[in-house]
Amino acid sequence: MELSGGEILFASLKEEGVEFIFGYPGGAVLHIYDALYKQDEIKHILVRHEQGASHAADGYARATGKPGVCLVTSGPGATNVVTGLATAHMDSIPMVVITGQVHQDMIGTDAFQECDIIGISRPCVKHNFLVSSLEDLAPTIKKAFHIATTGRPGPVLIDIPKNLTAPEVRIPFVYPKEVELRSYNPVTGGHLGQVRKAIDQLVIAKRPVIYFGGGAVQGEASEQLTRLGHELGYPVTGTLMGLGAYPSTDDLFIGMLGMHGTYEANMAMHECDVLLAVGARFDDRVTGQLKTFCPHARVIHIDIDPASIAKNVAVDVPIVGDVGRVLTEMLACLAETNQRAESDELAAWWQQINVWRDVDSYAYDRKSDTIKPQRVIEVMYEVTKGEAYVTSDVGQHQMFAAQFYKFDKPRRWINSGGLGTMGFGLPAAFGVKMAFPDSDVACVTGEGSIQMCIQELATCKQYNAPIKILNLNNGYLGMVRQWQEFNYESRYSSSYVDALPDFVKLAEAYGHVGIQIDKPADLEGAIREAFAQKDRLVFLDILTDTEENVYPMIEAGKGHHEMRLNPKRSEFI
Amino acid sequence: MRHTISILIENEAGALSRVAGLYSSRGYNIESLTVAPTDDASLSRMTIVTSGPEHVIEQITKQTNKLIEVVKVVDLTDTAHVTRELMLVKLQAVGAAREEVKRLADIFRGKIVDVTESSYVVEITGECTKLDAFLSAVGQSQILEVVRSGATGMARGEKSLKV
Repeated sequence: MELSGGEILFASLKEEGVEFIFGYPGGAVLHIYDALYKQDEIKHILVRHEQGASHAADGYARATGKPGVCLVTSGPGATNVVTGLATAHMDSIPMVVITGQVHQDMIGTDAFQECDIIGISRPCVKHNFLVSSLEDLAPTIKKAFHIATTGRPGPVLIDIPKNLTAPEVRIPFVYPKEVELRSYNPVTGGHLGQVRKAIDQLVIAKRPVIYFGGGAVQGEASEQLTRLGHELGYPVTGTLMGLGAYPSTDDLFIGMLGMHGTYEANMAMHECDVLLAVGARFDDRVTGQLKTFCPHARVIHIDIDPASIAKNVAVDVPIVGDVGRVLTEMLACLAETNQRAESDELAAWWQQINVWRDVDSYAYDRKSDTIKPQRVIEVMYEVTKGEAYVTSDVGQHQMFAAQFYKFDKPRRWINSGGLGTMGFGLPAAFGVKMAFPDSDVACVTGEGSIQMCIQELATCKQYNAPIKILNLNNGYLGMVRQWQEFNYESRYSSSYVDALPDFVKLAEAYGHVGIQIDKPADLEGAIREAFAQKDRLVFLDILTDTEENVYPMIEAGKGHHEMRLNPKRSEFI
Repeated sequence: MRHTISILIENEAGALSRVAGLYSSRGYNIESLTVAPTDDASLSRMTIVTSGPEHVIEQITKQTNKLIEVVKVVDLTDTAHVTRELMLVKLQAVGAAREEVKRLADIFRGKIVDVTESSYVVEITGECTKLDAFLSAVGQSQILEVVRSGATGMARGEKSLKV
């Protein structure tokens, strides 16, 4: 069967089991779009901005575990996905992004819509390819999917010059069955000796903590992680990226750790004597001041990426491997020994943790006559019974969502944790809804973030994606304002959003339902109504307390044990 | 401390820029970098001389290994090894200095590879420190131009870096 480059692309994507591609046409990909038109197996989603395509594909990937796929044109089409690539790269999300490139003869001539996307994207992709011949196209696509989805996942970009997709040039199509890369062989199972060493440390711990990150989600290690937690009975804390990999409603779960994590999780980190890190990368937002990080702990670190181990924090027992497999090996190893931590010691440790728990560090004023953003998330949690897919943008609303929505399953909490990309939430929610049309999908956002990719409301209309948008509208770029309050004597430099659009009318203009509420009494009814409208996108513009801060907080340069609690807490606790 | 890192990398377009880009984006030092294809034309061998504290060097080797096109990475500094660098120096050679430069080149086992009435080009190979020593011996006033290849190296003994 002889196919053109454009046809080879779709035949290859089909071989990879791709359902959707998120894209936007342009000159360099016209041949590809013509091939797209002539097939009906892969559904193309026309976004309104290429950045939206990249975040939608990313959201799809985070929710499904399958690689998200984008297709954009050369030049500005390609540069517009760079933010999406960097977002996915920081959070290790598998994506394959296809960019058109100018005709091979014109590369390097400053041709119309030419840019060196290989050079531009290099630092923010796992790998990229400039396809140099038609014969290379199918093998390159095979390699791209392989690289994106194995080892530590990440985005891979394929740049295809226009002449390689011309309809008149055809070659026999054979999709490679396997891929062999002598330079790329990610490890899978952990080193057994190291696994035993880890168990030896864990069973003699007096004040242990299990700390998991996004790797537990990406590595599909939820079940093993939960079993290990239960088997040992140790306190478990998770990062912003890991939430859901261990059930948040489990008694052993002591909440998120890090800058806006719980008091008990951070204090437990500070006092622990053995720390088991599972698919986490000791990010600065998690560790706080490194000099005072876990000063008493022996550290065991499981990660698929050797470069993540001992990058920021010295590790006593490194285990390189797929977290799911390593945890399985650990469970097997644990089953072979009767040795467990001294029950008295462990009980004393839990007693201490419960004292910290009683501080109730997330407490907020429930009697306020303004809508508290925390309450919005709590109500949404109740209404959706904790089963929704929740995406967020970046800022205070993101932290409130992470603190108050108790995720019990992995892949339900979808946010840009590493890069912190405002504008991520709406297109990501759209991507999730495409994958799970029958599930509740909510986008928790703010009036600042939502305007960064607001145009995707049109995409939601076109493809009937009835997501629910909860816009926590406080009129400020809240997290910026909070830092300015704490560190710049409340000089609110450009953190006030003047001239906001009428979000209700805006939602309606795009063909959706818009509802504004400003009274706590209306909150529950409005959220119930929004989620009851199964076939409509509902934009809830929720006017919240303008100067609420996210507490507790580890400020810059401070350690886990130096958390700033809400100064007004005595008034409502 | 100074480290000499040997890298075996797929001989593909853009492979060098991936390595160079990694060093610049993560703020690693490059004192010198050499690269050329090996006896196997599909592979290039790269030698990077870098410096930094031990934990940074560990990150450098790990991050370099993470690049998809990198086949193998070895920190030569960990074992006995040989490094060599090639230098061409154009020197002023008039009057008494003509004989003196010739003598110095002999002492350093250099070769004069170009001669004019007023200049020599001297070729010298050796450890980087030897080349430094030659330059200071002839003195700044005599030097017209210097070009150095950067160091290349390999481990001593039977151990070899290949696929």
